[in-house]
Amino acid sequence: MSSPPAIPARPKLAPGVRLHHDATRQAWVLLAPERVVELEGPAREIVQRCDGRHAPDQIIDALAALYTAARAEIAADVTDLLAELAARRLIV
Amino acid sequence: MSTPPAPAPAPLALLAELTHRCPLACPYCSNPLALEGREEELQAADWARVFREAAAMGVLQLHLSGGEPAARRDLTEIVAAARMAGLYSNLITSAIGLDGARLAALQAAGLDHVQLSLQAADAADADRIAGYAGAHARKLAFARQVTALGLAFTVNIVVHRANIDAVETLVALAASLGAGRVEIAHAQYHGWALKNRPSLMPTRSQVDHAMAAVEAIRREGRYDLAIDLVVPDYYARRPKPCLGGWGRRSLNVSPSGMVLPCHAAQTIPGLEFWSVRDHALVEIWNHAPAFLAFRGTAWMGAPCRDCALAEQDWGGCRCQAMALAGDAAATDPACALSPLHGRMAEIAAEDAQATPPAYCYRGR
Repeated sequence: MSSPPAIPARPKLAPGVRLHHDATRQAWVLLAPERVVELEGPAREIVQRCDGRHAPDQIIDALAALYTAARAEIAADVTDLLAELAARRLIV
Repeated sequence: MSTPPAPAPAPLALLAELTHRCPLACPYCSNPLALEGREEELQAADWARVFREAAAMGVLQLHLSGGEPAARRDLTEIVAAARMAGLYSNLITSAIGLDGARLAALQAAGLDHVQLSLQAADAADADRIAGYAGAHARKLAFARQVTALGLAFTVNIVVHRANIDAVETLVALAASLGAGRVEIAHAQYHGWALKNRPSLMPTRSQVDHAMAAVEAIRREGRYDLAIDLVVPDYYARRPKPCLGGWGRRSLNVSPSGMVLPCHAAQTIPGLEFWSVRDHALVEIWNHAPAFLAFRGTAWMGAPCRDCALAEQDWGGCRCQAMALAGDAAATDPACALSPLHGRMAEIAAEDAQATPPAYCYRGR
C-alpha cells in the first residue's frame, strides 16, 4: 500500500460507501465510515457512474455529452476525481 | 456581557445507545455508573420516530451503540428503520450475541458499517479485560463473518495500561481480520473508566512508544488499512473540540430516551435534560437547557473567552472540566492554559506509576 491505489478499470463505490442527497445542506455527499464527503460541481455525475459497469473512458464520454467543454478538459477533471476517490478508498 | 445564544447548527451525527445491557464488563467503559435498566428502554417504534426526526434535522450518520446493541432482540427492526429514514448506520458491537445469520439479516435490513471492539491481541488478556471467558475467540469468528458478507468493517481498540504495549500486534491483527480501518482510542475517563483510572492510565513512555510505533506503520504503509489514533487528553497540550463542540455536531440518546449533548453529560450536576418521550428531537436540540448550557462561546470565562482558538476547540471537554476542576464551565485541564494543566499531568503520572489496583468491572 506504499503507493496510492490506481484508478480501477470499472470503478464502483467501496463497501460501506453510499451516495446521498443531503436535503438540509442542499448538497450531494458520499457517506462512509466516520466520514461525510461533499461532492461539488460535476462530481455527483461522475460518482453516479461509478457502478462497476462503466470504464473511466465511458464516464468521460458521458460527461462530455452532458457538458459542453473540450473532452481533454473533462478527461482531466474525471481522472483527477477518480484518482482522488481511489486514494481515499471511496471507490474500488 | 450577555450575548444572545448563537442559532443551533444542524447536527451531523446521532449516537443511539439502544441499551445499557452488555455481556462484557470492560473496566474502561464510559457508560454512567448508574446504568439504565431494560424496563426503561425505548421501543423500536420510538427509535424509528427519533431516526426520522434526526434525518429531518440534517443528521447523516447514526451510531448504534450501547451497552451491546445486539442485546436487543429487535435490532434488525431498528436497523431497518434507520435505513428507511435515510441514515448511514454504524453498528458498534462486541460481537457477543451476533451470529452469521443475524448479521446477514442486519445487512439485508440496510446496515452500512460494522465496528467491532477488541480488548487485546492475546485471547487470555482480552478475555480478562472484557471480564468474559471466550469473548476474544467469538470476536475473531465474527470478524470472518463480517468480511465474508462484504460489509465495511472497522476494528476499534481502546488502549490503556494493560494493552497499549501491544499496539503494533493489535494493528496487525486488525489488518489480518480484513478491517478497512482501525481506531486506536485511548480510554476516556468518564463513568466506569474514571472509577478505574488508576488501573488504566498508561505511562508517558508507553504512550510515546505506541504513538511512534503507529507512526512507523503508517509511514511504511505496512498494511492496506486506515489508522485513526489521537493523543490522549492527559498527555496533550491542547484540548480536543469534544464532538466538534457542545451541541454543534452530535447528539446522544440514552436507552430510556434522554437526549444528551455527549454520552458523559449526565456527570455534570444541575443540567436539565429532556426526553424524546416528551419532546420532538428538534425542540430538544434547539431549546433543552442542557444543550443551551455550553453551546457557542457565551458561557466561557477566562482564558477561553479571549482565546483565538475558542471557536476551534470550543473550550474542550465539559465533562472533563467537571471531573478534574469541579466546575463544568472551567477550561478543560487538557489545555496548557488551564491552571490545572500541571495537576492533570501529575494525576496521570501518579496513577501510572502506582501498582494498578484490581479492575472494578462495569456493572458488576
